[in-house]
Amino acid sequence: MQMTDKPLIELVDLHKYFGNLEVLKGINETVHEKEVVSIIGPSGCGKSTLLRCMNLLEVPTRGKVIFEGVNIMDKSVDPTIHRRKMGMVFQQFNVFPHLTVLENITAAPILNKVMSPEAANKKAYELLDTVGLADKAKEYPQKLSGGQKQRLAIVRAMAMDPKVLLFDEPTSALDPEMVKGVLEVIKSLAISGMTTVIVTHEMGFAREVSDRIWFMYDGVIAEKGTPDDVFNHTKNPRAIEFLSQIL
Amino acid sequence: MISNIIRIWSKYWPVFMQGLWNTLWIALVAIVMGTFFGTFIALAKMSKNKVLSTAATVYIEVLRGTPMLLQLYFFWVGLPYLFPSISDLACVLIALCINSSAYVAECIRAGIQAVDPGQREAAMSLGLTESNIMRKIILPQAVKNILPALGNEFIVMIKETALASVFFIGELMTAFKVVQSNAFLALEPLTIVGLIYLVITLTLSKGMKTIERRLHAND
Repeated sequence: MQMTDKPLIELVDLHKYFGNLEVLKGINETVHEKEVVSIIGPSGCGKSTLLRCMNLLEVPTRGKVIFEGVNIMDKSVDPTIHRRKMGMVFQQFNVFPHLTVLENITAAPILNKVMSPEAANKKAYELLDTVGLADKAKEYPQKLSGGQKQRLAIVRAMAMDPKVLLFDEPTSALDPEMVKGVLEVIKSLAISGMTTVIVTHEMGFAREVSDRIWFMYDGVIAEKGTPDDVFNHTKNPRAIEFLSQIL
Repeated sequence: MISNIIRIWSKYWPVFMQGLWNTLWIALVAIVMGTFFGTFIALAKMSKNKVLSTAATVYIEVLRGTPMLLQLYFFWVGLPYLFPSISDLACVLIALCINSSAYVAECIRAGIQAVDPGQREAAMSLGLTESNIMRKIILPQAVKNILPALGNEFIVMIKETALASVFFIGELMTAFKVVQSNAFLALEPLTIVGLIYLVITLTLSKGMKTIERRLHAND
C-alpha cells in the first residue's frame, strides 16, 4: 500500500528445530516499514512458527532476528523491551478473562509504565471506539462474541503503540459471520500504514490488502512476490497445487 | 449404647470441644504455613534453574512418598537434638507444616499449569515482565484452580491431625483417649469423635463447593 524501503524486521538464516524436526530451514527475509506481508501455505509448513519467531515467542535454533537494527536474539538483549513494539494477535484471541475489556487494554501500558492510568484509560476508550466496543468497556470478556474478543485483542495489541502487528490466523477460530468484521479492522489498520505480518487462510483478503505474499512450503519460503505475482503468475508447482486446492 | 453416648457427651462435651478446637487450629496453621512455603516450593519446581527444580522435586517426593506418621516421629525424635527444649506440640506442628507444604506445592503447581498457555504468550507479546506476567495474569487465574484444591487439603489435614494423637497433643483423637481412660468406655467416645469429624468435613466440603461456584461465575 505505502511500503517503504526501510527494513523493520530482518530474518537472517533462520532455523528452528522442534526436537529433531526442522520446522524452519533457513529463512532470509525482510519486512519493511508500513509493509503488509501475508504468509500463506499448507498446514504444518512452518508459517505460524516463523511469525512466532519474529517476537521470540519461539526462540529460533539459529540465525538472527533483527528488529530496528538490533539482533534481538543476542544474549545481551532483553526481548521483553522489543516485544512492546511488536503487537501480536492470536488465533484463540487469548484475551485475559479475569480483566474487564478496558483493563485488558490498559494492562500493558500501565504495567510496563509507559502511560499513567488516566492516559491509558483515555487511549483505551479511543481504541475501543474504533472497533465499536466502547459500550463494553466495563464488561468481562466472557460476555463478548468471538468476533468481539478478537477485535478486543487487536486493540489490546495496539495499546502499546507497536511498530508492527503480527497476526497468527486471526480469523481461523471465528464463526463465519464474525470473520468480516475482524478482517475490516485489520484492513483499516493496514491502510492507515501499520506494518502488518499476517498468517492467514483468507486468500481473498491476502490478495486485497498485501504488498507482498510469502508462500511457505516445508519450512522454506518457496515463492514470494506481489499478490498478482503469486496468485496469477507463479511457476512454483507447490504454490500452484496449494492455490488450486484453496481457491 | 445410645444412652451411654448421650451420658458421655453431656459429661465430657467440653473435652471434645477443646479437642475439636485444637484439631481445627492445628490443621489451619499447617495449611496456612504449608501454603506460604508451598508457593515457594512450587515456583522452585517450575523454575528453569535445574538445581532449584530438582531440589523441590526431591523435597516433594520424599514428603509425599513416606508415611505421615513416620514424618511425625522423625521430627519428634530429631528436632529435640537441635532445640532441646522444644515441645511435642511444636514438633508435631512443624512436621505437619512441612508435610502440608509438599502437598500444597503440588496443588499450586497444578493450578498454575492449568492456566491456558495462550495467556502467558499474550502477556509476553505485550512485553510484560516475568514478574508481572506471574502476578497480574497467571496467578489471579490460577487461584480459581488452587483454592478448591487447598480446601480439600485442609479437609485432609483435619483428618491427618488424628495421627498426632500418638504424641498426646490435645486434638480430637487425644480427647477420645482422655475420655476413654476416664469413662472406661471406648466405642461411645469413638462414635462421638467420628461424628464430629464427619460434621466438620462435610460442612467444609459443602462450603468449598459454594465458593468454587462463585469463583467460576466469570468464566
